[in-house]
Amino acid sequence: MFGYLLKRLIQMTLVLWIVSVIVFLMMSFTGDPVFMVVPIDATDAEIAQARRILGLDQSLLVQYGRFITSLVQGDFGNSYVFRQPAMTLILERLPATVEMVLVAMALALAVAIPLGVYAGANPNSRISRTIMAGSLLGISLPGFWVGMVLIFLFAVHWGIFPSSGRGDTAELFGLRISLLTADGWHHIILPAVTLSLATMAILLRMTRAGMMEVGRQDFMKFARAKGATRRDVLYKHGLKNALIPVITIFGLQLGDLIAFATITETIFSWPGMGKLLIDSIYRADRPVIVVYLMLVALIFVVINFLVDIVYTLIDPRITLK
Amino acid sequence: MTAFFQSEFFYNYRRSSSAMIGSALMAFFALAVLLGPFLVAQDPYDIAALNLMDSYKPPFWLEGGDPQFWLGTDGQGRDVWASILYGARISLFIGLVAMAASCFIGTLLGLIAGFYGGIVDSVIMRIADIQLSFPSILIALFLMSAVGTGIDKVLIALTAVGWVVYARTVRGSTLSEIEKEYVQAAKVAGLPNHKIIRKHVLPNVLTPLIVIATIQVGTFVLIEASLSFLGVGVPITQPSLGLLIKNGFDVLFSGLWWTSVFPGVAIMMLVFGINLFGDFLRDELNPRLK
Amino acid sequence: MMRDTVQQKLLEVRDLRTHFHTFAGTVKAVNGVSFDISAGEVMGLVGESGGGKSVVGFSILGLIDSPGKIEGGENLLDGEDLVKAGETRLREIRGRDISMVFQDPMTSLNPLHTVGRQMDEVLRLHSDLDAEARHAACVDMLESVGISRAAERLKAYPHQFSGGMRQRVVIAIALLARPRLIIADEPTTALDVTIQSQILKLMRRQIAEKGASMILVTHDLAVVSEMADHITVLYCGNVVERGRTRELIEAPAHPYTRGLIDSIPDLGNRHERLKQIPGTVPDIRNLPQGCNFRDRCPRAQALCAEIEPDLMPQRGSLSAACHFPLSPGDTA
Repeated sequence: MFGYLLKRLIQMTLVLWIVSVIVFLMMSFTGDPVFMVVPIDATDAEIAQARRILGLDQSLLVQYGRFITSLVQGDFGNSYVFRQPAMTLILERLPATVEMVLVAMALALAVAIPLGVYAGANPNSRISRTIMAGSLLGISLPGFWVGMVLIFLFAVHWGIFPSSGRGDTAELFGLRISLLTADGWHHIILPAVTLSLATMAILLRMTRAGMMEVGRQDFMKFARAKGATRRDVLYKHGLKNALIPVITIFGLQLGDLIAFATITETIFSWPGMGKLLIDSIYRADRPVIVVYLMLVALIFVVINFLVDIVYTLIDPRITLK
Repeated sequence: MTAFFQSEFFYNYRRSSSAMIGSALMAFFALAVLLGPFLVAQDPYDIAALNLMDSYKPPFWLEGGDPQFWLGTDGQGRDVWASILYGARISLFIGLVAMAASCFIGTLLGLIAGFYGGIVDSVIMRIADIQLSFPSILIALFLMSAVGTGIDKVLIALTAVGWVVYARTVRGSTLSEIEKEYVQAAKVAGLPNHKIIRKHVLPNVLTPLIVIATIQVGTFVLIEASLSFLGVGVPITQPSLGLLIKNGFDVLFSGLWWTSVFPGVAIMMLVFGINLFGDFLRDELNPRLK
Repeated sequence: MMRDTVQQKLLEVRDLRTHFHTFAGTVKAVNGVSFDISAGEVMGLVGESGGGKSVVGFSILGLIDSPGKIEGGENLLDGEDLVKAGETRLREIRGRDISMVFQDPMTSLNPLHTVGRQMDEVLRLHSDLDAEARHAACVDMLESVGISRAAERLKAYPHQFSGGMRQRVVIAIALLARPRLIIADEPTTALDVTIQSQILKLMRRQIAEKGASMILVTHDLAVVSEMADHITVLYCGNVVERGRTRELIEAPAHPYTRGLIDSIPDLGNRHERLKQIPGTVPDIRNLPQGCNFRDRCPRAQALCAEIEPDLMPQRGSLSAACHFPLSPGDTA
């Protein structure tokens, strides 16, 4: 067990390190951040001085060295735009993004699993075929467009939901969470629904595929030969087996949600870190971009790790190696 | 040709309404893209042809609409329908070219990884694995933010994201083929690698590749649309459907919905058609289910 | 095995027809099969792979799923026709009156449930015993099929057992509710040769002890000649011969049976070529007119291509469906 954890830890660190190199290289070759810091009418001398302060006059390797040392200390420098530590800016907005992602995932699971189980158990029924057509539509839609349509219908036209922003928050363990207020929920519904659609569709299809695959297995027929009801066989024997492949992509889907949150937050002006990223890309605010990417890389790596652990808990055949 | 029409594939195709709808949609877009510019009177990107008096006309079935611009016009008097046709061209172009590039590069890398094995294989697969653990949109977004906008940059970003699936599939196929006894026997007899590729690996890997490629076009169209919507995709001079939606977003709140909704419908129909047909292809070409 | 002269018929299968409707045509997997089984008897159901043997077993239990369907015939269990029975009634019978042992022990058990849970399921479905009593019964049964430290093993998962042990578990499950008839579908085919005879001995002993009957479905004549009281030979969905084991093996009447027996390698005779039945099984969607076996039969005549032979009593206990059946001493 300990050996496994150690091995994973090393792997995760390796991945993060590679990401840091790539991020650093990308950032170094794009634009010259010195101009973000100095005023327009700066003289050459002032520009040169700014360069020295930012360390831009050093070689790439040295720059990377400084980059990586401050990185491990959690110091990513200040945002060019806000003049505050980039890390603080991102972390402030993290709860908002996490909220939306969690609600979207919960929504997706709540709809996808039951429908997927039904569609897999009764593949030829009319309802199933409609469900599957719907899910195919779900993965064909541009998410941002759905968000827009929802805004137009529910906010502009019918005025049921707000079109942007996050609702009131309440504080819990020092974090500001909007899910604790009714107004918060009022604001989160449209963005969460928008975000959840693609994931919902994919999870539905995988659940259905899993159920159909499992239906072909011998042990299902054997259970029926014992005298079990079709229903029991489906849910008690089949479901857990069918969900194993779903768990594989669960982690990836969670990652996708975080990624697509950038777009959703932009449309709904949701004050999460995704919106901050997009804004920072526009404004070439490098430190913020770097923090976002490293943080998100960390999150993904941890998610993948946790998914593997969950796997071993569910399937007794799998042991940690 | 007649053999094709009598084949089981075609038989199942006729029986599958989704396959037929899917390919109908795809054909519609193919035609629209090829013939589009000849079908609409107005070239929406010829500034001289625009008339500001025509701006923000709603679709023709609403009050104030004009049958000449049946889906309405945008803020510059551009016909939405014409914009969609031109935009679809760009979206599809990007999707197809990026797919072809991904397929080529991915297949090449997969073959190299499979044949040479060892450290080359490890490196390629490690990169692939790391890439796969991150969402493609994020990688593409990041790349675009680094290299700047433009169709060529979008193509590079999409290819950088899309090669992985081909590489893995082809590598798997290559590995299983070279394990086979008749291939090993042939190798001993002096069969060169490229012949092994041509005669054994490619035929086996062709059908999954076709399915992957088909669906990937749709995926790329969506990713490009998202990138353009965020402003890091195609330039304003060559608006894809995604960029059209972005432009329409600003006036959505004033109730002027048609400039953003219709391009979205177009994307939806295009990708939906591709997915319908791709689903059918996958089921048909999958030997395991037979 | 105990046999009285007055034998009560446990199961009577009459003209069973099970067809599968597929894209490429209708597969008549079972096309008019009849046989009887009395209490305490073992019947061997023999035939080549894909000949419909397993389908017979599933049809008896009503476990045929679309695109298959039982098109006709009767399965009389103590006079009750199972073909007409509803799903509820069939569920009572499955596992309790008639149970089944599947071929592949690697796939018969749910990998995510403990062995104990899967055994317990049978008792929960078919008995009123409480949890403790059920547990005790499971432990007993596991021990009697030769698995030591039974109480511990109940908490284990299928993948922690070897193939042979898993099949013992499957047999244990099949025996738990004291069925009167066990359908064993190729129970040893997926196992090592050395384990095969162990499992067969185990089954024979259990049936004898409990006075149950068994249908032993197999393509292996050697196995069936040891275990069965009487044999039914299936070819392309039809019964081509049946009779008591000794008579059938020593002097079969149907050329197909003769061919099957001849193709068993004889280790005593090292110089003979391995005999095969020439040709291959015909496409079951497109069966030839007349006798199904005629294209491979060394005795076929013009009549065989025109009229399908009916199952007729031949000599002793043997019945065969052949226009030109073998006499004792014929070597086909």
